[in-house]
Amino acid sequence: MIIIANLILRLAFWLLLAPLLPGVINKVKAWVAGRRGPPVLQLYYDLAKLWRKGVVMSELASPGFIIGPAVAWVALLSSALLMPLGPAGSVLSFRGDVLLLIYLLALARFSIAWAAMETGSAFEGMGTAREVSYAVLGETAIITAVLALIVHSGSVSLITMLSPAAGAGVALLAAGLFIVLLAENCRVPFDDPNTHLELTMVHEVMILDHSGPPLAVILHGASIKLLLFTLLLVQVVLPVGEMSPFIATGVLAAGVLVVTVGVGLVESLLARLAFRRVPLLLTAAFLLCLFALLVVWKGRGQ
Amino acid sequence: MNTISPFALLPNTTSILWAEIPAWPVAQLVQATAVELGRGARLCAWFAVPEETKACIVALLAYDADNTLAVGRSESLMGAFPALTTIRPQAHMFEREVWEQFGLVPVGHPWLKPVRRMNENAPANGEFFRVTGPEVHEVAVGPIHAGVIEPGHFRFQCAGEEVLHLEIALGYQHRGVEEALIGGPYRGTMSQMETVSGDATIAHATAYATLMETLAGSEAPLHAQWLRAVALELERLANHTGDIGALAGDVAFLPTAAACGKIRGDFLNLTALICGNRFGRGLVRPGGCPHDLETLRAEQLLKRLKDALTDTAQAVGWFWEAASVRSRFENVGTVFPAQAAEIGLVGLAARACGLVRDVRYDHPAGWHRFAQVPVAVWPSGDIFARARVRSLEIQRSGQYLCEQLLAPADGERFSELTPPAPDTLAVSLVEGWRGEVCHVALTDAAGRFRRYKIVDPSFHNWTGVALALRGTAISDFPICNKSFNLSYCGFDL
Repeated sequence: MIIIANLILRLAFWLLLAPLLPGVINKVKAWVAGRRGPPVLQLYYDLAKLWRKGVVMSELASPGFIIGPAVAWVALLSSALLMPLGPAGSVLSFRGDVLLLIYLLALARFSIAWAAMETGSAFEGMGTAREVSYAVLGETAIITAVLALIVHSGSVSLITMLSPAAGAGVALLAAGLFIVLLAENCRVPFDDPNTHLELTMVHEVMILDHSGPPLAVILHGASIKLLLFTLLLVQVVLPVGEMSPFIATGVLAAGVLVVTVGVGLVESLLARLAFRRVPLLLTAAFLLCLFALLVVWKGRGQ
Repeated sequence: MNTISPFALLPNTTSILWAEIPAWPVAQLVQATAVELGRGARLCAWFAVPEETKACIVALLAYDADNTLAVGRSESLMGAFPALTTIRPQAHMFEREVWEQFGLVPVGHPWLKPVRRMNENAPANGEFFRVTGPEVHEVAVGPIHAGVIEPGHFRFQCAGEEVLHLEIALGYQHRGVEEALIGGPYRGTMSQMETVSGDATIAHATAYATLMETLAGSEAPLHAQWLRAVALELERLANHTGDIGALAGDVAFLPTAAACGKIRGDFLNLTALICGNRFGRGLVRPGGCPHDLETLRAEQLLKRLKDALTDTAQAVGWFWEAASVRSRFENVGTVFPAQAAEIGLVGLAARACGLVRDVRYDHPAGWHRFAQVPVAVWPSGDIFARARVRSLEIQRSGQYLCEQLLAPADGERFSELTPPAPDTLAVSLVEGWRGEVCHVALTDAAGRFRRYKIVDPSFHNWTGVALALRGTAISDFPICNKSFNLSYCGFDL
């Protein structure tokens, strides 16, 4: 009974709170630019609107066009359920769950790319090629970060890996993971979520032909992914798992807010990178995580 | 050099009797034009004039260094003529246009395609140039674009992200402006001129009004000339500021994007302060300017202008100080100076390639005979240079306006015009914010328009966009395109 209640609460947490983050980022951007900006709840309104709309399908597309977003959403939500939430832990924890998390994220990306290719449009093909080539570098950085955590904690289960926090290499790891967060969630300087220019898009161009509920599912999935990476970053840095539930809630909320505002500030003050420079920044993220791994590994014996 | 030019020389905003224009057999015209273009002249216009069943070709050249224009024409011809494009590529679009409008075939033209002819509801584009190879793919963009912009079709040949070739097909906004002017001027002509390219209303309206004054053998009162010069610079300020904001927006640099969008509105409102319309419609009329700018409003204008200029300096300052912005613009979308000269770029795009080319300076007319703006030039030819020239011109136009508003020309606003002279060809060039706006009118025996040719700077410069894309990443197309910000409707007419 308790497990079911726990599961329902967690689902509610991820489903209901995730769309708040893009709203906060947009508010920060508007504030820096001196505008009033869209309401914080705008994504909720958009999702409600899209859910009521019909679907326009390309004649060339197979059912994969619809199935892709659905699979991606389920994969993202499942990976979210694996993520521990401070002292509350996770619903499902086992040895090696961190690998499942990484593979679920990869599955989500694959499904969106598959759905994009279904349209047979040059734009979608172009966006998919870009997304997948950046993912290769981004995943290297994530896996290195996970290795650092594994070496530090001596465990391959998320709940023990994230508590206590990452120790000596924490600053390096945080910097690396923040860059990965920006890349994985298609934020500036990797991608511009606000652009209307198809030729410069990465993620946006992949979903250009989606409409109605499938688009809503994609957008909602993206917000879950953003919350997932934000929570991962906060818990890597702060020993939230060891705090009392009351304090931990406050610290998690504050941490998520700080990271989100940080994303908004980066987006306000930096121009986007040229595509040929993106691999350099992702490689820098990988190197940061690699040095964190080295610091943890060398410091282990002492 | 001019003394030995076979063409008839005439300064900007003057006219010449049709009978006095030297006429040669067409092959000789092509040859003579090629020689003059090789000696530093520039092709301003190359168009055909119908003569019963035949047509003759008129060439208008500009000798920028000698501050004079030159005109020559062919004898009547039908069918084919040797293409000038094979020797001087800057004629390529003009010869396609002549072929499309009057069926005169430029023999040897390497890429003879319609410019803006319609085939039912869409332009008759014809075949696009194709690159073949295992890694090559084609990307088609437009004519409908994301965002509220004009329609145009872009066909990219890419190897991965790199663009090998871009072909631009326009004509979606062809309204038949030139055709509508034959037999004119009509009551609606002035309004049509103001909408040839809506963001360059003052430039096109001034070119037309000056042309009418030239044909009447008079000129507008000094006060009107002064007001036109003021409005022209306000138009430049508004558009340059808007473009810098849009460039910032396209690289997701929010501070400048947000500020410049607002400041552009401030500049537009200054034009509205003069004439009640933000784009300057109704400000320029043949014979003068219906609106006055009395001392009180001039003072108000100056005060608001200075505020807006301070805001612009700050917003543009953020832009140049951000390394992340500069790295997006440097060495991207380069048009080399030699290419620019060869394809005959004009205006801002030419000045960003280091070419000193500015009608206000080279062919001064109206108020610019008395007060000139320094020419802003940057040598590198990339997006950075085009943004840089814009920001330099904002400073210089702002400075010019501050001086001019303190020293207005007094006197009449309007002078009555006599009817246009018969059988006369008149020329008027104006440096709009994009570049050289060229209007040529030829009247018939009754003083009505027999032919009216409009060359928007975009007509010269679209080729520059295509060249800038070669070897550039396709993801940089939007910033390349925006750095030129050419007119679609000004091209389509």
